[in-house]
Amino acid sequence: METLRGRVWKYGANINTDVIIPGRYCHLTDPQELAKYCMADLDTEFVDKIKPGDIIVAGPNFGCGSSREVAPVSIKASGIGAVVAPSFARIFYRNAINIGFPIFESSDAYDEINEGDEVEIDPDSGTITDLTTGKQYQAKGFPEFLQQIMARGGLRGYAEEVLASRTQA
Amino acid sequence: MGLTISEKILARHAGRDSVEPGEIVMVDVDVVLANELSAALAIDEFKKIEGAENILRPDSAVFVPDHFTPNKDITTAKLVQRVREFALSQNARWFEVGRAGIEHCVLPQNGIVGPGQVIIGGDSHTTTYGALGAFSTGVGSTDVAVAWAIGKTWLRVPPTFKVTYHGQLQPWVGGKDLILYTIGRITVDGATYMAMEFHGEALAGLPMAGRFTMANMSIEAGAKNGIFHVDDVTREYLASVRHTSYTEYSSDPDAHYEHEIEIDASQIEPQVAFPSIPENARPVSQAGDVKVDQVVIGTCTNGWIEDMREAAQVLRGHHVAPHIRCIVVPGSQEVQRQMVKEGLMEIFMDADCIVSTSTCGPCIGGHMGVLGEYEVCLSTTNRNFVGRMGARTAEIYLANPAVAAATAVAGHIVGPDEVVGRRAAA
Ligand code: SF4
Repeated sequence: METLRGRVWKYGANINTDVIIPGRYCHLTDPQELAKYCMADLDTEFVDKIKPGDIIVAGPNFGCGSSREVAPVSIKASGIGAVVAPSFARIFYRNAINIGFPIFESSDAYDEINEGDEVEIDPDSGTITDLTTGKQYQAKGFPEFLQQIMARGGLRGYAEEVLASRTQA
Repeated sequence: MGLTISEKILARHAGRDSVEPGEIVMVDVDVVLANELSAALAIDEFKKIEGAENILRPDSAVFVPDHFTPNKDITTAKLVQRVREFALSQNARWFEVGRAGIEHCVLPQNGIVGPGQVIIGGDSHTTTYGALGAFSTGVGSTDVAVAWAIGKTWLRVPPTFKVTYHGQLQPWVGGKDLILYTIGRITVDGATYMAMEFHGEALAGLPMAGRFTMANMSIEAGAKNGIFHVDDVTREYLASVRHTSYTEYSSDPDAHYEHEIEIDASQIEPQVAFPSIPENARPVSQAGDVKVDQVVIGTCTNGWIEDMREAAQVLRGHHVAPHIRCIVVPGSQEVQRQMVKEGLMEIFMDADCIVSTSTCGPCIGGHMGVLGEYEVCLSTTNRNFVGRMGARTAEIYLANPAVAAATAVAGHIVGPDEVVGRRAAA
């Protein structure tokens, strides 16, 4: 996967899916439409201030709350390149993997990286480099099965392989 | 070493003798739930899966349109239309408005979910069915689409967090109070990725309604699933909904638990979770003076008939305070029918409550009771996040149905004894 690079926007702990994409917009299904309301109830300036490739660094339990897949979909469509957090709520974690959106687990990165820093991430090794401070952090690795899913760009590729092997059998 | 109930169910569905926490397994799925929101995205995704034309096992796919139904506006009407067409064309199980209600009440009441099953749903509160001894968890829309296509899903086997409740419950204390208290103690990420397994003699007499509420809100502690063992209360309930063939699993005595806590439930008072996170729980007697504008009783967390009886017991012979709107939302059409039969409708209406059709509506700030700027709401729902029920500046408190009813009468947050006691004295 390609190297990710962007400016950091920092948020606190327990950022829940209701503030990432409020329920009143959840009937939307078009990613570009959803992107317009990304973080609407957390940071009203979010969509205007971010640039493609920027990176969110947030506190533990990122994405807690509902199962809405539109949460990672709206973040991905907003142009954000990745989210780094000490931990992710589990449905957000699996949704991100299933749609092929890069997430990285690191407590040190959250503690030390400042808003506005320029950060580079190597998705294959999980190495996070803060170009502003020169410090490096190592994100937790993903289990092999999940790496395979991500390498296929999401869960759909996996399902297609299963279906193909069934028709052959 | 022995296995927990969650591990046993997952092992069985993975075609294995045992599984270990942390490993990722592909499991067969017995029921795949979707509401109109998760279904809409899942349908788009399903259509993109090469080689998938039909849902592999249509009778396992259940659709309940409940979030914005009866359709709130043209956009949501179109969305439901699209989902309806898909579900019917696939011969899946479609629960139309008027024969349904909120998904997490509809599935148990129709005998669709039961012990030993693996259930996934495009809704985080799919954890509800763990009350029946199932492994049940919320997933995203891509997971739903893939489960339709191949009948399987991937799961990381969760370590188990055992919570044991000792002692006898105080009056007016139910499942809602136990779970709010527990979340207050372990915090909203206290059980992240884990299975919460509920034990203890305090739960023995707890009706299914209270167990559903606890399993429902296990996600509010970050859990992957919440699970109870099957007992006579469960068996009786399953018989009443004609769910007759199932396998009961139970944790081995030497099963491994990642965490264990013991709670003296006899010390727990009715709880109130303060804004804006469910872990801000405190006893109602320490709520202080909190004036409210709206009270919501019901939805999927406390919308069962037992909950309605409890609220009615408090409201009978009283009136909702003049400045308050009290909205009652039965969990399903079935619950509403029973409310009519038992005369509860009349009690609510005489008390000046409005009884809504069964819908998620106010719980997600969708319709039927959206909060305005700086309004305060006490609700029996499960989340008090910022903006959840309407305006960002609105504040939400969570409590059980009896506290909600008492608050509606008093105009500020109080426990039920203050209202019921007042009547007895009069
Ligand atoms: S009532 Fe609320 S919590 Fe329950 S399913 Fe509906 S939106 Fe979700």
